[in-house]
Amino acid sequence: MKKILISLLFLLFGTSVYADCNIKSGSINILANDFPALRTFVETAKGCKGSADFKVTHSSEHNKIAVPALTANPSEFSARIAANSSIVPLMNQDLIRPLDDLVKKYGKGIQDSQLITIDGKIMAVAFMANTQHLYYREDVLKELGIAVPKTYEEVVAASEKIRASGKMQYPYAAAYKAGWNLAEEFVNMYIGHGGEFFKAGTAQPSINNAKGVATLNMLKKLAGLSNPDYLTHDSEAIKVEWESGNVALMTLWASRSGTLLDDDGDAKITAATKLTGPATVAGGNIPAATLWWDGFTLAKNRSDADAEATFRALAHAAANKKMVADAADQAVWLIEGFKPGPKSIGVIEAVKMKAKPYPMLPQMGLMHGALGSEIVEFLQGKESAEQALKDVEAAYMSKAKEQGFL
Amino acid sequence: MPNKTFFWFFLPTGLAMILFIGLPIISTGIQSFYAQHDQVVKEVKKCDPFGCTVSIVVDQEKTSKIREEKPLGKFNGFGTYVDRNHLAIEEIGKFWNETNTFGEFVDQVTNLPFYKALIFTLTYCLFVTPNVLLLGFIIALSLNAVTRRIRGPLIFGTILPMIVTPLVGSLVLFWMIDAEGIIGANLQMLMDDPYLSLKSSKTLTWITIIIYGIWHHSPFAFVVFYAALQTVPQEPVEAAIIDGASRWQRVRHIVLPHIYPVVTFVALISLMDNFRVFEPIIGFSAEGSAQSLSWLIYDNLVNEEVILFGSAAATSMMTIVGIAILLAPVLIRTWKEFRTAR
Repeated sequence: MKKILISLLFLLFGTSVYADCNIKSGSINILANDFPALRTFVETAKGCKGSADFKVTHSSEHNKIAVPALTANPSEFSARIAANSSIVPLMNQDLIRPLDDLVKKYGKGIQDSQLITIDGKIMAVAFMANTQHLYYREDVLKELGIAVPKTYEEVVAASEKIRASGKMQYPYAAAYKAGWNLAEEFVNMYIGHGGEFFKAGTAQPSINNAKGVATLNMLKKLAGLSNPDYLTHDSEAIKVEWESGNVALMTLWASRSGTLLDDDGDAKITAATKLTGPATVAGGNIPAATLWWDGFTLAKNRSDADAEATFRALAHAAANKKMVADAADQAVWLIEGFKPGPKSIGVIEAVKMKAKPYPMLPQMGLMHGALGSEIVEFLQGKESAEQALKDVEAAYMSKAKEQGFL
Repeated sequence: MPNKTFFWFFLPTGLAMILFIGLPIISTGIQSFYAQHDQVVKEVKKCDPFGCTVSIVVDQEKTSKIREEKPLGKFNGFGTYVDRNHLAIEEIGKFWNETNTFGEFVDQVTNLPFYKALIFTLTYCLFVTPNVLLLGFIIALSLNAVTRRIRGPLIFGTILPMIVTPLVGSLVLFWMIDAEGIIGANLQMLMDDPYLSLKSSKTLTWITIIIYGIWHHSPFAFVVFYAALQTVPQEPVEAAIIDGASRWQRVRHIVLPHIYPVVTFVALISLMDNFRVFEPIIGFSAEGSAQSLSWLIYDNLVNEEVILFGSAAATSMMTIVGIAILLAPVLIRTWKEFRTAR
């Protein structure tokens, strides 16, 4: 008890001494997704709140709340932790404010590479990077004499070999849940094939082509090597599959590596779980993966005083070497002083291999939505790849017309 | 009750209904006729930690001006209703001309999202509603026949499926039918097919959801029927017994006619409920194989990063029309009976 008290006191004073942001007033309210790295980030920001009012909402449903909550005037939240894709609706609706003045005044320690600038204005400050990459079971691959796959063709060959050996029935896993997850897999694979989603400079779709067909065929091959329930599996479900030892090769988010490699679960599986970069496909040299950043944005419909207080607290975290050192295995931080550990291999490799960032286009969300529902029937074997792609384009066009993009 | 008394009695409820149901429906109806303004986009340079690219963004200065002038959006008439993601009039015409056989035509039409959802919704209604009525009636009859001492706990057990939140109920079943769950694994053993998966096959998913629907809705029918059974007069039943009527004859000629209005009521409510089937699709993660009209609305509102108010509103209005069409025969019949009774 005494020990706890002392460490608690230490913690309390430790942070208050450390966090000398001198925020005197204002109210801070943050909306963020819910995973460990973001919790750490927001906690660090809270450490320097001074006498400002501080509230935070961590929710995996953040996307559904963000636009309505920031549209209100004054808006519910003063800041929103966003990513490449979720910043787009905020930009489309003009809900976030440029940060140039605040960065100049209070952005000491934030690196230039962290700044997201659009049309010359700083719209967000990024602090971590994410991507989907390969995980493999070293023991299984070694036993069967399989080299670590570098391409999806090798992933297929390796999975077939594992299945043939009788060790595992469904050796491959990826988040193929119909909807957002499945669409994300298509986006990755299509980019790996060098595809473009829209005709240059327009919002006209252009996925019904040879690259699109090849993408679908590869997804189907991989689905055939996955658990037959793959259309209901999200990232959490395949993580469970992995931890029960049913899977030897998997494509999963880098931000989930922490929970896979922690002390919970079968120690043997954890010890044999290894990370490598994302795979390429069809002889391409850029990986079939997209790079993501997470960063903070400030609500437009909120007083300047609140924006200033919020920025100072968040900027404190976004340039915090101590946080980066303490939580080095929670994320690939983009903050100065980050030393990548074994859990960051995936992202580092992806950046080295020149992976493309997820397209930050105003109409991309509509394409993503159309993909998530229209390619399902192809995977179920109910229609041809060409028909599926035609359906995606048609579904997208109707939505884009309604939204005024076409 | 005199009409005047009824009016004052109904007034508060009526006002609340107008406020909370009527006005939102009108507002939804108006929204369904509007689309977003044409987006004004411009090319800009975007830089992030991974490098710089030239790309497009929505031009806020120009857009906000247009938005201020016409906040509702661009008038679109029935444009959203007839587009490819809804009634798809144009596409259906094209399919009719392009396809050779009727089967091919039907295939093409049922590939359209709205019709896909409509077919599932109708199938669900057609299988669940009669089975709910039948099962509810059988359970009510049987429970009415058991001794009073154990009736209480039995009734409680029977209405449990209705007490359990739909989402939780479907999740429990979802885990049970998992390839490694108790039902899924036993089915695999029974069928001697290690690849059998209830979740990956469209037909099996539909059957699962329909069985879940029957399980979840039967208690409601049961409760109403059971209450109605308590009002069946004993004299005619006893007279029938003396006349030598069998159990079936008694149910067919005395009980059923007596509780007939209640049957209509349960059928109505059940049809309405089933037409809005939604929770089991989420609970079973069945979006891939089964989509209902309500799910389409949900999808338009939350699954996109851009909220499609117009689409959602149009589907909502069509769902209301759909329910009205489904209920019309029952309503007309009730109305006629009401007239003859007077």
